[in-house]
Amino acid sequence: MIVLLFTGLIAFSMFRFVGDPIENMMGQERTDADIEILREKLGLNDPFFVQYWDFLIDAAQGNLGISFRQGRPVVEVLIERLPATIELASVSAFLAILMGVSLGVYTAIKSKGWVSNVILTVSLVGVSLPTFLIGILLIYLFAVELGWLPSFGRGDVVEVGWWTTGLITMSGIKAIILPAVTLGLYQMTMIMRLVRSEMSEVLSSDFVRFARSRGVPEVKIYFRHALKNALVPVITVTGLQLGSIIAFAIITETVFQWPGLGLLFIDSVQFVDIPVMASYLMFISVMFVSINLVVDLLYTAIDPRLRVSDTK
Amino acid sequence: MKIIFKDFIGSNFFYSFSHSPVAICSFLIATSLIFCAIIAPVIAPYSPYDPATLNLMNGFSAPLKTNEFTGDTFVFGADDQGRDIFSTILYGMRISLFVGFSAVLFAMVLGVFLGLIAAMVGGITDAIIMRIADIQLSFPSILIAMLIFGIAKGITPPEMRNQMAIWVLILSIGLSDWVQFARVVRGSAMVELQKEYVEAAKLIGVHPIGISLRHIFPNVVPSVLVIATISLALAIISEATLSFLGVGAPPTQPSLGTLIRIGQGFLFSGEWWIIFFPSLALLLLALSVNLLGDWLRNTLDPNLGIK
Amino acid sequence: MLLKIENLTIEYPDRFGNFRAVDKASLKLARGEILGIVGESGAGKSTIGNSIIGLLQTPGKLVGGTIELDGQRLDLLAQPGFNAIRGKKVGVIFQDPMTSLNPLETIEAQLVETISLHSNLSKTDAKLQAIELLNDVGITSPMERIKQYPHEFSGGMRQRVVIALVLAGKPDLIIADEPTTALDVSIQATILKLIRALCRKKNVGVILVTHDMGVISETTDRVAVMYMGKIVEVNETKKLLSKPKHPYTKALISAVPPSNRRVHRFSRVEFNQGRQNPVAIDLGSHWIGETIHKLDTTTTMLNVRNLTKIFKPRNSLFSPKIESNVAVNNVSFKIAIGETYGIVGESGSGKSTIARLISGIYKPDEGSIQFDGLDLLNGKKLKEHKKKKREIQMIFQDPYSSLNGRMKVGQIIAEPILIGGFRGNQAELNLIISDLLAMVELDADAARKYPHAFSGGQRQRVSIARALASRPKFLICDEPTSALDVSIQAQILNLLKDLQQKLKLTYLFISHDLPVMRQVCDRIAVMKKGQFVEENAAEAIFNAPRHKYTQDLINLMPKFEQ
Repeated sequence: MIVLLFTGLIAFSMFRFVGDPIENMMGQERTDADIEILREKLGLNDPFFVQYWDFLIDAAQGNLGISFRQGRPVVEVLIERLPATIELASVSAFLAILMGVSLGVYTAIKSKGWVSNVILTVSLVGVSLPTFLIGILLIYLFAVELGWLPSFGRGDVVEVGWWTTGLITMSGIKAIILPAVTLGLYQMTMIMRLVRSEMSEVLSSDFVRFARSRGVPEVKIYFRHALKNALVPVITVTGLQLGSIIAFAIITETVFQWPGLGLLFIDSVQFVDIPVMASYLMFISVMFVSINLVVDLLYTAIDPRLRVSDTK
Repeated sequence: MKIIFKDFIGSNFFYSFSHSPVAICSFLIATSLIFCAIIAPVIAPYSPYDPATLNLMNGFSAPLKTNEFTGDTFVFGADDQGRDIFSTILYGMRISLFVGFSAVLFAMVLGVFLGLIAAMVGGITDAIIMRIADIQLSFPSILIAMLIFGIAKGITPPEMRNQMAIWVLILSIGLSDWVQFARVVRGSAMVELQKEYVEAAKLIGVHPIGISLRHIFPNVVPSVLVIATISLALAIISEATLSFLGVGAPPTQPSLGTLIRIGQGFLFSGEWWIIFFPSLALLLLALSVNLLGDWLRNTLDPNLGIK
Repeated sequence: MLLKIENLTIEYPDRFGNFRAVDKASLKLARGEILGIVGESGAGKSTIGNSIIGLLQTPGKLVGGTIELDGQRLDLLAQPGFNAIRGKKVGVIFQDPMTSLNPLETIEAQLVETISLHSNLSKTDAKLQAIELLNDVGITSPMERIKQYPHEFSGGMRQRVVIALVLAGKPDLIIADEPTTALDVSIQATILKLIRALCRKKNVGVILVTHDMGVISETTDRVAVMYMGKIVEVNETKKLLSKPKHPYTKALISAVPPSNRRVHRFSRVEFNQGRQNPVAIDLGSHWIGETIHKLDTTTTMLNVRNLTKIFKPRNSLFSPKIESNVAVNNVSFKIAIGETYGIVGESGSGKSTIARLISGIYKPDEGSIQFDGLDLLNGKKLKEHKKKKREIQMIFQDPYSSLNGRMKVGQIIAEPILIGGFRGNQAELNLIISDLLAMVELDADAARKYPHAFSGGQRQRVSIARALASRPKFLICDEPTSALDVSIQAQILNLLKDLQQKLKLTYLFISHDLPVMRQVCDRIAVMKKGQFVEENAAEAIFNAPRHKYTQDLINLMPKFEQ
């Protein structure tokens, strides 16, 4: 909650103090009188807190102001771009989790084999490569040299209600592969290393030792005993990381010209389009807070030690 | 001094270092890159930002081929303006490393200070600092950096923007990174505070400041080192990303990221070297620092880096 | 013969060569018999157990000898082969019950899993058998408790669950690796009794690994003594304890604090490196001697009245509600000058809290503490007050966290000297440091080394030297030897006694170990759940305990009869 209010405050301060919004909106040729009228109309002369309160109420009702650059209500712009980013983020997250967990488990179990070492080294490279470089590399390889996949855009999209999806069309699917991989690679590496480290630690813990001494077969140890215990801390960290996928999307969207929220944000920074910047911020913080909450709930559901026990 | 040196050589730390080819390799690569960047003006064959030395006829020269018109050879080729890529990389690395080191230094000082205070003073101070840290952690650092950049851009008059860009960059990356240091230092300090030698020190009558400086701090240093190295790699990458997106180092003082941005435009028209070599340099730099940091973490404290 | 081990040799390759953990060890064990393996830390006793079941910590390797279980050669087995015998023929009880169970699964799940592994029972039958097992090990209301998670059981209860899990596979051989070391004395007695009863009833062979001679004396039929990887003596327990043959066995036995009488000093364990002869220091003119005052036994050194401390936990949204803990509840006592006053209690009794209240780490909620006439709690921050407070020093339990690993020993000892207002030059300082080191029987060149170069016992000596460097009058010893091997413990206790005599110190000695208390203390207070239940002269406590709790503690104490 505090997070939300705090972010709101920052967003709003940006609105109010950075540059003169009126001048930005109106261009060069207005007279002073016109400017004054607009100012009054927009309530810019009211005391700070009144403005903030109005802002919050507006935001809650879905009114986030008007984009300086595009002249349309921000909300409209956001909704238009939202599906693109969400789809990209979800596909990336899915890939990242799938590959991350499986590779992590594999390298933890077979920690001495050469395959593991290769995977680990490649993972380090993955962490050292900036996302945009990966994107460019992939574009060069798959789009330019091999020509298999498109290098920008979203492909054909289908409208479902107010949502536009690219996952149903063939070209849409083709278009989402490269960006999703680019976006997910970093996350995948992080998840993999985390899973590996947690698994290794659990595998050398006392209760695993005891289970082994009772004759529990290795396979069961890995999956039933070790994995469950290893995943507990992984879930928290991963949950938080996934939230940041939305933000990392900014980079990927730029490289692939993917028409999502990230690209929108970059443009808004370039053109100092404050309402859009501020609203994007609010949106992100809402997302994060909700993800945090979900993760906390998930955590209690999994670890019995955290549940309030009423028997003793 | 000799005794300290001998102790060091005989220590377990040095043993693992000398037996780990990865550590030695990455250390050598990283230090040579850094060294080259520092002495760039001396070893750069051309000075790419002095317009007087540029010859447009050199534009788009390919690597290692002698240009028919001017007779100049460029090891890594030249860009559209005739600038030697090798030299631009050297100067670019300078900017990247400068921003990286400064940002990490800033984050380290701020983070260590706040972390120590949070651990030593505890109570409300601790709660406040950790809350701020938590809030900031909810946002990815790139976002925060961009935000600060955006605000700064809005505040400064346009003429100053290019000059201020580097400092804004350092500020934004540093500000987004201090949390890691604070958390680790706080955690480490709290562990140490539980140890009995701290109780003994209190009984002896050591002043709290003495306790933090003489007892807690030296025990916290290894963790800080690990985080610092990893942060450096991250800072370099962040800087490159920001510059690539256009919100970082400007074309007048390009870092490796800016160079890549410039080069991206020429990739599809065939002048691959304009983007390739800066990317390679960036990769080598980040990779070697990362490898070093990873090895450092495995040696000093395997428990780090997860939280 | 159930188990036959001959010339077993196990090595661990490391940075400096091959470390021989077990050196040509030979053992025999019959069904229904309990064989103890006793030795100090690092002797190799756990290693033997680990190798029987194939769970040697990497990079350990079996390089020689044979292990035969019921005719089957275990030393020839490769990893997959061990799966067939683990649980079914051999079971292991590990030391720490708090970490032996999977925290995310119910007891039922873990029991049923093990039972199903080693038999063909259906899920329901397996559950019935699980409940029966819980009954066997003495867990009340097994039908309800079986659905609970490990964290809902106490330490002793968890160890019972562990034993149930081990029995689930119906093994012929059980290796109990320090099964009661992590438990309180009272619980320890019941667990050992349980193990003995089960051994007889189910006719299994038990190898009991421990460092505690008292446990050996009460529980085992035969015992093997290990030192540095070798088995130096094997015999029936009664015979070994009354007529030990090997010099190490003799030394080990003499280092154990007898529970039935008080000795003035422990005879030395000569097997460890001999130390320098203590340098004779003329205390009259030496720096250390400057603050020793005459002993006047009628004056009270410490006067504690109505001391109370309550710990209030922070409530967090997602953790179960914990009530406030009254750690110390209205405790009052006096300590006379030159006396050794003991507080004995089990873990959680509050004895360590008292130590920290007196030393000033914690502030009491109620009560007063008077030290040598000075009110410790209502102190002004005057220099005099601070100086007086430094006359109270403390020795801690854990030798590994009581020294700052990043400071050299010399610096550690110098710090209190400098804070005490020392005005000499570096050479004089170094001299005092070497003298202090000599007093605790360490070489002078120890000052140049870091703590990690020293063993646990040596570190405790450094701790003592550091405490002495503040020239204290009063020393709080908080379980100073609980983490040490028996022979080292004897040395440290001797040292403390010698120092007390020489420097005319007053001690507050805190421990959970009754036999040790008997050797060291003049008067003893017995503490339970924050309160003193009995206070008396030491011999009176042991010979004529009045309170039921005291009587129980003394009865449950593993008695080491010679």
